[in-house]
Amino acid sequence: MSDGLKDGGLDKSTTSPLEKDKFGRLREMLQEALPPIDELGSEAELRCDLWPAMLRRLEQPAVRVPWFDWALLAVSGAATILFPALIPALLYHL
Amino acid sequence: MELLERFAAGDLDAFESLFRLYQSELYRWVMRIVRDAAVAEELTVEAFWRAHKAHAGFDPQNNFRAWLRRIATNLALDHLRKRRPYVELAEDVAAEQKPDSAVQQQTRAALRRALAELPPRLRIVAQLGLIEGQPYAEMALALGISAGVARTRMFRAVRLLRKKLQRLGVHP
Repeated sequence: MSDGLKDGGLDKSTTSPLEKDKFGRLREMLQEALPPIDELGSEAELRCDLWPAMLRRLEQPAVRVPWFDWALLAVSGAATILFPALIPALLYHL
Repeated sequence: MELLERFAAGDLDAFESLFRLYQSELYRWVMRIVRDAAVAEELTVEAFWRAHKAHAGFDPQNNFRAWLRRIATNLALDHLRKRRPYVELAEDVAAEQKPDSAVQQQTRAALRRALAELPPRLRIVAQLGLIEGQPYAEMALALGISAGVARTRMFRAVRLLRKKLQRLGVHP
């Protein structure tokens, strides 16, 4: 198997201790409200082999983009050309 | 021929081998973002489907895992965007309910709400970084941004979260 299948490329460096301190209380509270997936054990494990679902998906045709989405895209494009001041607001909400 | 080369050439057996190798890991990664088992399963399959469709453009010298994870992360981000306006993160994956006081329950609900109200590109960084403890470099790779941008987004997310929490009467 080639190197592409190894962990190479994913830097394991963590956030700095200073940032951990800075976010510490907020992090603790969030983790209490929403426990990390790794702490949920079997609850967060894959419940079944997804290959059969994958085969079904492979047999389906590609999802077509509805006409409404194209219309929305056209309106957004026209709006950004006519009103460039809207661009920062749109980017913020993306 | 190597597995990745066979995949890039469109070999379905190679694709199946890669699928079986990475499905669990990818599912867990998506779960960290969407926190919903059914959605995570659906997005995992969709990510592999997109990878399969793009097999011809994949360079076997590249990191398949990172490429796949980026596809899945983009799908998960799209899912968060579609789920707006602001559906709270449910406690579905944390089914074990602790015997909390009403105040604690309110605090937890406020935290989930504040997180859900963040813009998706900030929320994903907050969830992966603050809750899941993922390093900036890993988040950056999955999101297709630099580690510096990931860090900037984290600081913006924290600032916004604090503001929202204060509005909800929680002071972290």
